[in-house]
Amino acid sequence: MASLDDLKKRIASVKSTQKITKAMKMVAAAKLRRAQESAERGRPYSEKMNNIILNLSNGISDKENAPKLLSGTGENKVHLCVVMTSDRGLCGGFNSNIIKKAKSYFSKILNEGKQLKIITVGSKGNDQLKRVYGDKIIENISFKESKNANYFDADKVGKIIIEKFEAGEFDICTIFYNQFKNVITQLPQAQQIIPLNNEDDHNNSDESYEFEPDEDEILSNLLPKNISTQIFKAMLENSASEQGSRMSAMDNATRNAGEMVDKLTIEYNRSRQAAITKELIEIISGAESL
Amino acid sequence: MTEEFKIEIVNPEKSFLVKEDVLEVVVPAFEGEMGILKDHISIISFLKPGIIKVFSKSGDENYYVEDGIIEFKNNNLSILTSTIFSVTDLDKSKQGDLLKKAEAEASKSEISDQAKYLADQKVEVLRSIN
Repeated sequence: MASLDDLKKRIASVKSTQKITKAMKMVAAAKLRRAQESAERGRPYSEKMNNIILNLSNGISDKENAPKLLSGTGENKVHLCVVMTSDRGLCGGFNSNIIKKAKSYFSKILNEGKQLKIITVGSKGNDQLKRVYGDKIIENISFKESKNANYFDADKVGKIIIEKFEAGEFDICTIFYNQFKNVITQLPQAQQIIPLNNEDDHNNSDESYEFEPDEDEILSNLLPKNISTQIFKAMLENSASEQGSRMSAMDNATRNAGEMVDKLTIEYNRSRQAAITKELIEIISGAESL
Repeated sequence: MTEEFKIEIVNPEKSFLVKEDVLEVVVPAFEGEMGILKDHISIISFLKPGIIKVFSKSGDENYYVEDGIIEFKNNNLSILTSTIFSVTDLDKSKQGDLLKKAEAEASKSEISDQAKYLADQKVEVLRSIN
């Protein structure tokens, strides 16, 4: 059995850990509110963008000559995966969930004999992926300096992707991120952004639009912006998810630390009592023998 | 019959402006300035750097934009833009920064014609605000 002194030290250390996790939880809760707000405020933009593109692509007459960002290269050989994770740890299963989802997708692609390229956004994802897929990672982007997700950063990632697409480096691009459902649940998502996947939500409005300049020109101007928008959306969802995940992880940690303190305190009291009893027995039996 | 329609300006971070009592909006569309009144035909177009003028019953407002897309449908005007500033809020230093950035962009030699045109537009518009 550990000595009284050791127990005392352990209790003190668990208590200070508890203080830290509690503080982290508070910080995460405060940040979560802000992140959630900006995720909600950012939604109209990406929704409207999607709507317009939907209307445009419905209106396009000549599907063969549609911009490549919309219709794809016609091939399905090289996949680019953009894995978006956080720059910081201690957020529960947040990063692992994305990585798990991404890895299962990777092995599916590799089994089909296709080529795989990876861009990681956020250093945690890079850390976890580089052991197994190190040779596949072509770029690692990290925004440690910027405090909140901003459009400027998203645009940078978007431009890199488009540049690579125009250079013919890949055929299909998928982004991985966590969608924020609520504080406890975050859903890892795989979303294909190139070519744009609009098959399932066709709206049948026979609304006719006037276009100025023509559809093709607007589309080719709009699609690159849409990529950045989708990435920005993913970044916002991610940052809300990260804080949510951290908050619940830290909440759990605080509770576990509390339980541990209780258990250790009982053990401490018990061994203190045992020591006292032992001393008493010694005194009594000493007196009796006289 | 009322002559008002609804405008909504959205940027990636938030819904920038929503107004229900707009009488006319002039937008710097890519092929020239375009005035939009109520019951305009449904239209999609994109913007070049310029000033959006919003005329409404509750007062007129001007906004500087660098790019964007507009969609007009059922008397709802949506403007999506990544960079927008209210002209009244645009103080000298900020305007100077933007102007410097635009000028630097315009003086680059290796950019495409379209990018050059857009950068020149920015410079011109920013100077005219002065």
